[in-house]
Amino acid sequence: MKKLLVCIKQVPDMESRFKVNTDGTWYEETDLAWRMNEYDEYAVEQAVQLKEQLGEAELTVLCIGPDRVKETIKKALAMGADRGVHMTDNESHLRDPLAIASMIADFARQQDFELIFTGMQSQDRGSAQVGVLVAELLGIPALTTLVEFAYDQGTITAKRELEGGSRALVSCSTPALVTCQLGLNRPRYPTLPNIMKAKKKELASLPVTDLKLPPAQLKTAAMAPPPKRGSARILEGDTGDVAAQLAAVIKEKM
Amino acid sequence: MKTLLIAEYREGKLLDSYTELIAFSEKLGAQASMFVVGSREQLPAFAGRLYLADVKAATEFNPAVHKQLICEVAAKEQPQMIVLPHSSYGWDLAPRLALALKAAQVSEIVDVRDGQLVVPVCNGKLQRQVDVQTELTVATLQAGAFPLKEAPAGTPEIIDLAVTGSSDLTFSGYEAAAAGEVDLGKARVIVSAGRGIGKPENLEMIKGLAKALKGEYAASRPVVDAGWADHSRQVGTTGQTVAPKLYVACGISGAIQHLAGMKKSDFVVAINSDKDAPIGEVADVLAVADLKQLVPALTEKLQA
Ligand SMILES: Cc1cc2nc3c(=O)[nH]c(=O)nc-3n(C[C@H](O)[C@H](O)[C@H](O)COP(=O)(O)OP(=O)(O)OC[C@H]3O[C@@H](n4cnc5c(N)ncnc54)[C@H](O)[C@@H]3O)c2cc1C
Repeated sequence: MKKLLVCIKQVPDMESRFKVNTDGTWYEETDLAWRMNEYDEYAVEQAVQLKEQLGEAELTVLCIGPDRVKETIKKALAMGADRGVHMTDNESHLRDPLAIASMIADFARQQDFELIFTGMQSQDRGSAQVGVLVAELLGIPALTTLVEFAYDQGTITAKRELEGGSRALVSCSTPALVTCQLGLNRPRYPTLPNIMKAKKKELASLPVTDLKLPPAQLKTAAMAPPPKRGSARILEGDTGDVAAQLAAVIKEKM
Repeated sequence: MKTLLIAEYREGKLLDSYTELIAFSEKLGAQASMFVVGSREQLPAFAGRLYLADVKAATEFNPAVHKQLICEVAAKEQPQMIVLPHSSYGWDLAPRLALALKAAQVSEIVDVRDGQLVVPVCNGKLQRQVDVQTELTVATLQAGAFPLKEAPAGTPEIIDLAVTGSSDLTFSGYEAAAAGEVDLGKARVIVSAGRGIGKPENLEMIKGLAKALKGEYAASRPVVDAGWADHSRQVGTTGQTVAPKLYVACGISGAIQHLAGMKKSDFVVAINSDKDAPIGEVADVLAVADLKQLVPALTEKLQA
């Protein structure tokens, strides 16, 4: 039976109001709503589609972070992953991409995954490094920024998205890793019966041992809102008034 | 400080983004050399050593081979920083280089502050200033963050590289973006719908406002990805670049990839329920409101 892995991250809702934490190293985590990283939704969907295509396959979903990330793992299970692995790590937000990638690679090395799926980047940190680093650590090919994906008997044929909307046609043999771009597919919404079924699926916790991690390459010296450059005139209040003011501004400009 | 700049060559062309690499390097006060997989027919305007690998041998997209070539050049040049554009080429290649060279990678740099690199967090709502612990840094630059003030000048001293090595993937060419239903480049007014419209039915009110303003409607990426609008209507790095007299962004947060496609518009109106949305950085007017109420009300006022 072929084994598949999808790596996901939990991120805050980007519409939140972000505050810097007291030691100035990250955003304050209280009062945030958490969800699956948008790019990873495409990764989960593609992995589930491949599992369905193969018939016989086992899809593992892996997420690193504190206890709250279990909710996001459960969403992936409800979308169709078979088993969840939670690497418990309260410090994951402080680790650099190489440390995170090393944790994933250490986990994957002991197993025989035919294909590993990740999002192309996270919405909060946005480094776009982890997927490629995992592949390089494992010595397998990485196809990145995919907007089309097909698998047939050990070969991946895919399209990478380029600036301006054109695509590069790429292929490789498995085992391999792919990083998924927005629009690769239409991620499914978990149905109620599938949410119920997901509750019965295995969700294992693995502790993280710091010993195996590479030394930190990056530290956060400061964190702050961007310097204000814009000088937008703000209109707010009663909708009718705002509409009237906005109409006047627009008429003047036209 | 020494930098090694990695220029990008795509679909038979040397990309202008190399000038931003030069501007960044100048900002650091560094001495730069450059690497490109390209051709003698299209050389960058750059006064320095240019390591050139012939594109016919190395192919435009071939990360394993490009990585190996750059590692060879880095061994000769001993730079403290290797700089790439944060583009589909750069973000694919940079982590491979960083791992091979035991370097830290700093992605999507937007600024340099107190001698440290600054990167965006959470859709640009916050910025992080990074303290690098390794001797070598691999840096990728956000498109447009480091414009070169004067036209680039100079003739490079070319050092040809022999291409060896094999790849673990096959690149077999390009597919152009499909021609679409509209040419937004011609529109004087564009009313653009973002994910904030919530459901496809609400696109009608965006179309209604566009009509009232005798303009075209457009969309951000999620609206196109969901299949609610044609790809030719997508504004941004992977869609169209537009510069109308008036751009009305409805329920669009203002991600950098969207802004890249519309920031040259003459006048920008944003309608957003989030007063902190980054679109406020480029907007002339930000109406803080629920678009479902404001857009119909505005359309009515404009028709009156
Ligand atoms: C390589 C790459 C290329 C990309 N290319 C593009 C591109 O070409 N074009 C593009 O657009 N994106 C592109 N993106 C995606 C981009 O990063 C953002 O994800 C995208 O632009 C977000 O679209 P949005 O603003 O519509 O949605 P969101 O970011 O989800 O924002 C929705 C906004 O609507 C507001 N809102 C919600 N409800 C209401 C309401 N009732 N009334 C008023 N406001 C409301 C919210 O406050 C929020 O600001 C690209 C990303 C990558 C990584």
